[in-house]
Amino acid sequence: MEEHLEAGKESKPSSMSPDLQGDSSLQVEISDAVSERDKVKFTVQTKSCVPHFARTEFSVVRHHEEFIWLHNAYVENEEYAGLIIPPAPPRPDFEASREKLQKLGEGDSSITREELAKMKEELEAEYLAIFKKTVAMHEVFLQRLAAHPTLRRDHNFFVFLEYGQDLSVRGKNRKELLGGFLRNIVKSADEALITGMSGLKEVDDFFEHERTFLLEYHTRIRDACLRADRVMHSHKCLADDYIPISAALSSLGTQEVNQLKTSFLKLAELFERLRKLEGRVASDEDLKLSDMLRYYLRDSQAAKVRGGPRADLRAGATREGGQVGKGRGPGILCPCRPQDLLYRRLRALADYENANKTLDKARTRNREVRTAESHQQLCCQRFERLSDSAKQELMDFRSRRVSSFRKNLIELAELELKHAKASTLLLRNTLVILKGEP
Amino acid sequence: MSAPVIFDRSREEIEEEANGDVFDIEIGVSDPEKVGDGMNAYMAYRVTTKTSLSMFSKSEFSVKRRFSDFLGLHSKLASKYLHVGYIVPPAPEKSIVGMTKVKVGKEDSSSTEFVEKRRAALERYLQRTVKHPTLLQDPDLRQFLESSELPRAVNTQALSGAGILRMVNKAADAVNKMTIKMNESDAWFEEKQQQFENLDQQLRKLHASVEALVCHRKELSANTAAFAKSAAMLGNSEDHTALSRALSQLAEVEEKIDQLHQEQAFADFYMFSELLSDYIRLIAAVKGVFDHRMKCWQKWEDAQITLLKKRETEAKMMVANKPDKIQQAKNEIREWEAKVQQGERDFEQISKTIRKEVGRFEKQRVKDFKTVIIKYLESLVQTQQQLIKYWEAFLPEAKAIA
Repeated sequence: MEEHLEAGKESKPSSMSPDLQGDSSLQVEISDAVSERDKVKFTVQTKSCVPHFARTEFSVVRHHEEFIWLHNAYVENEEYAGLIIPPAPPRPDFEASREKLQKLGEGDSSITREELAKMKEELEAEYLAIFKKTVAMHEVFLQRLAAHPTLRRDHNFFVFLEYGQDLSVRGKNRKELLGGFLRNIVKSADEALITGMSGLKEVDDFFEHERTFLLEYHTRIRDACLRADRVMHSHKCLADDYIPISAALSSLGTQEVNQLKTSFLKLAELFERLRKLEGRVASDEDLKLSDMLRYYLRDSQAAKVRGGPRADLRAGATREGGQVGKGRGPGILCPCRPQDLLYRRLRALADYENANKTLDKARTRNREVRTAESHQQLCCQRFERLSDSAKQELMDFRSRRVSSFRKNLIELAELELKHAKASTLLLRNTLVILKGEP
Repeated sequence: MSAPVIFDRSREEIEEEANGDVFDIEIGVSDPEKVGDGMNAYMAYRVTTKTSLSMFSKSEFSVKRRFSDFLGLHSKLASKYLHVGYIVPPAPEKSIVGMTKVKVGKEDSSSTEFVEKRRAALERYLQRTVKHPTLLQDPDLRQFLESSELPRAVNTQALSGAGILRMVNKAADAVNKMTIKMNESDAWFEEKQQQFENLDQQLRKLHASVEALVCHRKELSANTAAFAKSAAMLGNSEDHTALSRALSQLAEVEEKIDQLHQEQAFADFYMFSELLSDYIRLIAAVKGVFDHRMKCWQKWEDAQITLLKKRETEAKMMVANKPDKIQQAKNEIREWEAKVQQGERDFEQISKTIRKEVGRFEKQRVKDFKTVIIKYLESLVQTQQQLIKYWEAFLPEAKAIA
């Protein structure tokens, strides 16, 4: 199925657009997207006065794996250890819609032609919605990178934005996947060890608080996200129910010879319109509530280090483009998470403590003091640098979260009001007509 | 100037008055009360009548009745009026499973729901029955409404011997129906039968879809409640004060919306779904009445055939010159001539009655549907207005997040 999305023509779901600080020296957007068979191709357009680039306006075509490549490049870069890397966009997934469309195509003799046409319409709208969402997710990822003072200067980012040819990145093969998997297990085990280590005290109240907060917050936002999804799903079912009801009323109306004819036909019309409204309520809830929760769920994703394997996130399953398998396994840490940021800082603290001990030993034995000293200096600097940037990042994370929630909750309420008012008007008009009949 | 003609209020007159929409009788079924324990327990319902009709001794009175009493009433009315062409409203259906739960004493929401569903159905059943001008005259109906004590209706017990007999009779009927080939002289009947057949099919389809709607609305309500709880928890974890408060407010809004969905599901069911299922069963009664007409015709037809045979016999006897046999034949001929006449009269009567009944039924159907549709739409409006209220109250809270 060929699907084209023209920027500006459709209102993009912008629930996730970051608050760009009005810094126009690097503007990135996805101006077009095409869905071909199994792949989605995004046209990434950049407008920039950064001297590095050859031109001020240019675009390239990228597919999903290339976004993942970029994400991994950031994650694996030691220099960004003290930063929160924006989460990678999820893989475009049209499986569910495609299956439904196929089933519909196989045909069911009990459904009338009109009903079939309406169901197809619904499905196509659903497909389009998923498509728009995936475009938005990819765009937001790039825009967050472009807005971050440090990350935007990354060489790989420039390559991603400018290089005209295919980046020829392949998804990680099994060995690499496994390697990544194992590395993460080691990391989680490590963290468990570090935090369990006696003698290592958290020196900063701020980080202690953040740690506890993130753990609890993550669990709760995950619950909220799952349940918001279910609400949205129920709403969709409800809207779909109106299709056969409208069709049956229509048949009834056509067959009637008495005054009920108009009543039934009017009702059929009413339910058809109500269906569209209910459908919109469902999709708005999806965008403003579910998606927002899902985004911050991934953003705050914490490893269940103590709890064991519980990382199966069905709703908004984060298929981290090749990095982690199916999100299962004991305490998977994702390097771009605030939680992981805290881990890196703790790791640095542990290293620093160790370096201190080594220095003490060296001084006692009066051997290799110089090396021990410089190593300890290094560790200290690293730790302090990490702590500072981590603090900043975490505070940014918090303010981003608050403003995003605010924006989405306001928009959610406004949309709900809009739809409720439209429904009321529709219902009242129908009532007037029905009551006016003799 | 002619002297005023005074006559007793004939049946026709009362029916005419009835058609003029002056129907001053209202029935309520309320206060379900469990009587007894264990498997012998039953629910007793209060049946209250409010009326200004002179045929009743009081203007307001009530009695206690149990479900089998209602079935008994219907059984009596059906046996008296169905076969002469009157559309007798069917009684609510038995439910062994539903009732067992109640007997066993499960005080959960599903048995309360079941009892409420039944109570409402019984009320609608009586309302429909008293609206029928002919049935209203029936002494059994009056006894049902008025008498403090009612002989227990035995034949309605589930799986009783009588019940099985009735099932067998019904099966035999079905076979008969298939073999009667009637010469329909009146196109009206064929048309109407086809019409009701179509209506039946369409209503069944609609009913199935509405049942799905009710189910999904209940699901939506449950999911909304669950979400409300998790939103509240999220609000508790949130350390930003204003956002935390907004999330708690969101949780409250969602809780109220859950209530709304429940009430709407209630309306979906009791107004829309039950109306449809009532009419599906009513139409079965209508079809039954058409079938009786066919049987009536068959009886008349059979009598004519028998008369013909008797005449042939007479002719034969005349030829064979057997005087005593001739006399017998003449007697039988007279007997069967009377039967043929009766058969014709019966057929014409039932045809006339059915025409009138169908006219009345259709009028009532239009009224019923229109009333319920309007009520249902008003319930939908109510829900939307409440939604507007809730979200309008929430909006400033969301905006207050600083």
